[in-house]
Amino acid sequence: MTEALDLFFNASLWAAVLRIATPLIFGVLGALICERAGVLNLGIEGIMTMGAMIGWLSVFLGTDLWTGLLVAAAVGALIGLLHGLLTVPLGLSQHVSGLGITLFAAALAYYLYRLIVTVGDSPPTIDPFRPLDIPIMSDIPFFGPVFFAQAPPTYLALLAVIVMSYVLMRTPLGLAIRMTGESPHTVEAQGLNPTLIRIGCVMTGSALMALGGAFLTTAAFNSFFPEMVQGRGWICIALVVFASWRPGKALIGALLFAFFDAYQLRLQTVVENVPYQLFLMAPYLLSIAALILVSRRAQVPAALMIPYRRGER
Amino acid sequence: MRLERRTSVKWTLGAGAALAAVMTALAFAAGLILAAGVNPLVAYLEMLRGALGSRLAITEMLTRAVPLMLTGLAAAVAFRARLWNIGAEGQFYLGALAVAWAGHSLMSSLPSAIGIAALMVVGMAAGALLLSGPAYLRLRFNVDEVVTTLLMNFVVILFVGLMIEGPMRDPLAFGWPQSVPVDRNFRLPDLVQGTRLHAGFLIALAMAGIVWLIIARTVFGTEARAAGFNARAAEFAGVSLPRTIMGVALLSGGLAGLAGGIEVAGVTGGVTTTMSPGFGYAGIVVAMLAALHPAGVVAASVFVATVFVGADAMSRATGVPSFIADVIVALALLTMLVALLFSSYRIRR
Repeated sequence: MTEALDLFFNASLWAAVLRIATPLIFGVLGALICERAGVLNLGIEGIMTMGAMIGWLSVFLGTDLWTGLLVAAAVGALIGLLHGLLTVPLGLSQHVSGLGITLFAAALAYYLYRLIVTVGDSPPTIDPFRPLDIPIMSDIPFFGPVFFAQAPPTYLALLAVIVMSYVLMRTPLGLAIRMTGESPHTVEAQGLNPTLIRIGCVMTGSALMALGGAFLTTAAFNSFFPEMVQGRGWICIALVVFASWRPGKALIGALLFAFFDAYQLRLQTVVENVPYQLFLMAPYLLSIAALILVSRRAQVPAALMIPYRRGER
Repeated sequence: MRLERRTSVKWTLGAGAALAAVMTALAFAAGLILAAGVNPLVAYLEMLRGALGSRLAITEMLTRAVPLMLTGLAAAVAFRARLWNIGAEGQFYLGALAVAWAGHSLMSSLPSAIGIAALMVVGMAAGALLLSGPAYLRLRFNVDEVVTTLLMNFVVILFVGLMIEGPMRDPLAFGWPQSVPVDRNFRLPDLVQGTRLHAGFLIALAMAGIVWLIIARTVFGTEARAAGFNARAAEFAGVSLPRTIMGVALLSGGLAGLAGGIEVAGVTGGVTTTMSPGFGYAGIVVAMLAALHPAGVVAASVFVATVFVGADAMSRATGVPSFIADVIVALALLTMLVALLFSSYRIRR
């Protein structure tokens, strides 16, 4: 039992929390902005897979790491455009279109990977992002390794939370986005175009999701392999509900989730005679439990999943 | 000229929409095959030959169509009632695991027909039980079933891994993680001697008929459709929403569980964590291509099975990665969505 407690105060645990949280932060922000504008984006799992593959591939073919992230974001935005066109102007079922996008993006990622990369006994690797080592700061006991020695995209993710929180809650653009998710007809009456706002948000959100995927292959690991996203996208969809569609709470949710994930990984090595699968199940069951807990006070955007047609009530 | 929504869509129009969607998907995928440096026509001909070119190929394709037909039916009945069951993959695995467990521990002295019938019920019960959880959470706490069913897929596959490495491990599998097998006496008999095609094909066809009867000829079927069309209006008309949704969940989960059970009793014998190449997710595509109609599900499952089995053979012959099958199937889902939209409107002068 004391061993389980010791793990708690271990700096490596808390450093791992931020690392594990990074793809979730990108993903949950991406899902959040889509849903705030009124579009459910179940393409997330596939978009993350594609982002992971294309970001890695770009670096593998010779670009630098940041260009890799940029390529991933651009491809993510393109897939988002497809989901946006299908669900906003055409008004198709957001559930089915999103699942179709997930199946399509993941299959395309695997296909292109197989086509371009020759895989031998083990998948080829790239030189990934190294943890930053901020002078002096990273030498502070405990806090140093946790906050000042992360891979650079982790700081980008934290910055994204602040930017999204500010834009969404404190600017006219954010007001227009939130209004599009609540009442698109009001937006229209203001002389704004809800269709364009929704498509723009889905593209932005999908770009963020792809960044989350790309983090896996360019920072957390150094290669791409099938099934590597492992349901992180679906967990992000659950986290958005848990965060009641607020960027700040979304960050807390992602950190909380990553904490349990990092803790169960370490607990596996301490606790014996318990099948490791039970530990691996915990994050998924936890997400379901969180959904039940917040269900009573969920404030769903009123026009979420309701297609907008001009002049139609 | 203006667009007007059709009040009803004839089945010929639905079939036409599916055909157009499939053709468009194949045309898009042709670009990707071209990128691999292979003539798409050659690739598609190889695919057809791989799936339909010989007696053996056809039986292999139909064997693959069996689980797709059942998961397709599972998605169709659920989506009709707007119950978004995306958990067919998990229900498939739990059904498979339950049947392997029951089929191994049943007394071998039991008559084979009774044993098989019991196993099929066990598979259905396991799948139904699994979906009843998310359905209950939706009814009781208003928790979106999309997320819960998706997350349960991961939980179930981990559970299967736990069981086949632990209590249900096959000691004769030389360390390979595989469950104990279903007793020989309770395996589904072969339909065509010397091939893998088994009696599960007939069970799947019968299920399509039964599902059609339920949705077209019973009060429950009408209530389920009403609940999907407009839940509030349905309740106003006296439909009990909780009972209807739970009934739909039990039927849908049961069909997906049966798919797993039949795969174990008919093809694999024991359970592994890789026995499904995404049958649950492909079932959604099958259901959409069928416009959620049971007869369409039979046709669409044969199409999807043709793509999957044919792509393996085509990949061996031409070197195009077999993932092209997943691309074609996913594209067909997206193009079908658009085709369904267009077919539900008509142009009025």
